[in-house]
Amino acid sequence: MNIYLPIAEVAVNAFLVLGLGGMVGVLSGMFGVGGGFLLTPLLFFIGIPPAVAVATGANQIVASSVSGVLAHLRRRTVDLKMGGVLQAGGIVGAALGIAVFNYLKSLGQVDLFVTLCYVVFLGIVGGLMFIESVNALRKSRRGTPAKRKQRGWVHSLPFKMRFRTSGLYISVIPPLAVGLFVGMLTAIMGVGGGFIMVPAMIYLLGMPTKVVVGTSLFQIITVTAATTMMHAITNQTVDIVLAVLLLIGGVVGAQFGTRIGTLLKAEQLRILLALLVLLVCAKLALDLLLEPSELYSISPIRVAQ
Amino acid sequence: MGSIRRSPWPPRLAVPGLAVLFMSLWSALFAASTAMAEEVVLGLSHDRVAITATFDGSEILIFGAVKRETPISDRAPLEVIVTISGPKEPVMVRRKERSMGIWVNTDSVAVDSAPSFYAVATSAPFSEVLSDTEDLRHKVSIRRAIRSVGSTIEGAQAFKEALMRIREENGFYSLQENVVSLDEQTLFRTALQMPADLIEGQYETRIFLTRDGSVVSQYETVIEVNKVGVERFLFNLSREQPPLYGILALFIAVLSGWGAAAIFQLLRNG
Repeated sequence: MNIYLPIAEVAVNAFLVLGLGGMVGVLSGMFGVGGGFLLTPLLFFIGIPPAVAVATGANQIVASSVSGVLAHLRRRTVDLKMGGVLQAGGIVGAALGIAVFNYLKSLGQVDLFVTLCYVVFLGIVGGLMFIESVNALRKSRRGTPAKRKQRGWVHSLPFKMRFRTSGLYISVIPPLAVGLFVGMLTAIMGVGGGFIMVPAMIYLLGMPTKVVVGTSLFQIITVTAATTMMHAITNQTVDIVLAVLLLIGGVVGAQFGTRIGTLLKAEQLRILLALLVLLVCAKLALDLLLEPSELYSISPIRVAQ
Repeated sequence: MGSIRRSPWPPRLAVPGLAVLFMSLWSALFAASTAMAEEVVLGLSHDRVAITATFDGSEILIFGAVKRETPISDRAPLEVIVTISGPKEPVMVRRKERSMGIWVNTDSVAVDSAPSFYAVATSAPFSEVLSDTEDLRHKVSIRRAIRSVGSTIEGAQAFKEALMRIREENGFYSLQENVVSLDEQTLFRTALQMPADLIEGQYETRIFLTRDGSVVSQYETVIEVNKVGVERFLFNLSREQPPLYGILALFIAVLSGWGAAAIFQLLRNG
């Protein structure tokens, strides 16, 4: 059954989109990630214009994050104060990201830039995660506990603030910077940025692991919501029909994913996620490196009305 | 009380003086009058295409008859060309080149006006039904329907070729020869397929009657393509009230996220 998307102005198979949403939902349920980094490239592959895919992806992440953060709020594993600081940085970052996105769109380089961002970040994060989880798996077999990261230069910066839930007394500069950076990525790549935010919180800010996911989800809601609004207002590229289809698939898929996730060990899960991230990265990198079958591309020139 | 009944009164036949005038015009404008000797009377299966949520393309049946006041000319066989053109818009065509190991967009050419959709159907091979000069005048072929006067860059032709090639591959441009059936040089019909990925607008539909490669008569009409229902509402809202549209998108997202969490919480507890 085909559904005509009013904003993307393309007709897509409804079951294909539901399936995509479902698949990403399963993964996000399994690994506790938003799945935006998979969803947006997959939307490119099925022919959704990149601008629409990025903006609609952000909207879809709002929904899955709301769903996730409610569970964490009940368990009191959300550091609201830290989340607020990250959000402040994130909104500024998102605004910068939108400006960069629109500028590159006018140059015709937005697709390249988005793809490059994906290759670089997925490569780094996937690679690090893979090495780290293989090491952890080895250590757990030998029985030596994993060492907690030492606190470094981050704690010598001014403007210190107390974050009670996280048990931290650190400068607000690093969280603001992390928020800003992830906000930019959200706007440019259409991702929640959890895959960067979570490692940054653990290794850079030294937050306890139990509050990391909830806090990350909490800040992602605000930043993706702001991104959705900015894309809706400046580019008019948010497709509600597409978002709803993805939502339905995603919500159902996430429940199955959570079940599968409980059957596997944490280290095994992380290795699988790392491999998946690297796989997407490799596919995108190949697209850049190999000669495309069609060298030309067409884009409409929007005349200001 | 008597009422006056008005009989239908075709004025052209009613006034003898005018008829004389017509006769003199007939001889004076001989060339023009031969062009009018054969006219198109057209029918469309529908002159509106509604893009609904489940829109999956549309087939438009175009049929008609040739009305003539003189016997069928035996000068050359009559041929029919039907074209449908979507809204014209400027487009940017970009070319990728390898730079530092990766493929990036480098050169670009702006095409002034290219129809979003263009279909040509003919009753015989294109080169036989229309001469090149007539094609140039009426802009019938796909190549001529795309206007790119401003492109002075060397090799701009390659970009135009690419535009045509990509849109032909995606089914937006098509030349279909021998698909207009023509009976007794009078009745013609054809069916043109419009894809699911249509954009809104007025689709200009033209019918040309040709003899010996030159146009003897031309008829134009418009097929309206519009989004309807939810599609219409959402599209308009996104363009006219972007902040409201954004809030609606977020509202739906937050509501479904909260709803999903609540439902699964119930399922787990219950």
